[in-house]
Amino acid sequence: MAHHQETTVKVIPPDTAKIKKLWMTALILLVITVFEFIVAFTIPHEYKDLRVWIFIGMTIVKAAYIVGEFMHLRYETKFLLWSILIPTIFIVWMLVAFIYEGSAISEARF
Amino acid sequence: MANTSTTTISWDGGSSPMNASYGKLMMWFFLLSDAFTFSALLITYGLVRSAHPAFDGAIDAFQFSQLYWPVPEKVFDAVPFLHGVEAPLVFVGIMTFILIMSSVTMVLAVEAGHRMDRAAVEKWMLWTIVGGFTFLGCQAWEWSHFIHGTDAGGLLKDGTTFFGANLSLNQYGPPDFAAFFFFITGFHGFHVFSGVLLNFLIYYNTVTGVYERRGHYEMVEKVGLYWHFVDLVWVFVFTFFYLV
Repeated sequence: MAHHQETTVKVIPPDTAKIKKLWMTALILLVITVFEFIVAFTIPHEYKDLRVWIFIGMTIVKAAYIVGEFMHLRYETKFLLWSILIPTIFIVWMLVAFIYEGSAISEARF
Repeated sequence: MANTSTTTISWDGGSSPMNASYGKLMMWFFLLSDAFTFSALLITYGLVRSAHPAFDGAIDAFQFSQLYWPVPEKVFDAVPFLHGVEAPLVFVGIMTFILIMSSVTMVLAVEAGHRMDRAAVEKWMLWTIVGGFTFLGCQAWEWSHFIHGTDAGGLLKDGTTFFGANLSLNQYGPPDFAAFFFFITGFHGFHVFSGVLLNFLIYYNTVTGVYERRGHYEMVEKVGLYWHFVDLVWVFVFTFFYLV
């Protein structure tokens, strides 16, 4: 161990509880994805609205886990959290406006 | 400060707005703007799709046609080495699995960085790079299959049979469908590609001891944010392009 200064870096031992939580998050994401597959192949296509709403709901849950746990946003200051989340209102607005517009085009064309 | 890491990174003025370093904050705002770009692509897909007629027959009777938007699970049903076997969405599922796993290895690298554990950062960064390359390989195969088409091909509006897809014609349905496939998965794939390059840079700097000498591994965290964002986008692409 007669090395130079570099060996003086103190390595903090891993926090097993924290690491376990990260693996749990990954497990949850995988379970939700598997659930989406089950929905895709068990609920018939006739129930289109139900299928779509389940998919959207599951996607939002997955997104919340990725942003909150993996990207650590849940643990940042509240001001940072809201600075990122509030502007996404524009995305919601764009979604509503464009889908409405798309159906109107469809009505006019067919 | 209540920061437990070895060094507190502050802005030039001496304090850190929102308790985050300049680089980290700017990475967050960049990702927000990138989220707008991806939303614009996916929402426009929604607009164009809802402006086309949907297939309304029984799902088993589905056939490719220029008259209506295709059902995605009927388009993406091929798996490498299993030629002719119908396995709807299985390959996309595998790709999702790969990307989620590489997100965990990335977050483990960030965690190791907080502890100044150079060996662990190296290990987890390498796994993340492997995951990124595997995903890119899968995407290359998927694009190649999409471009070359199925054995039977599909009928175009003028009655000729066409195999595969390009930006103006495709066997699967209206031309816009293929154009959106190329733009959305292509734009995401390019993000994965740049992510792999950044990850490699981080790995290289870790191995050469740059961060150890700097006293903190915050760069791992910043690039980690980018990498998780790529995973996040894939979650949305998976739902709105492949499932719905």
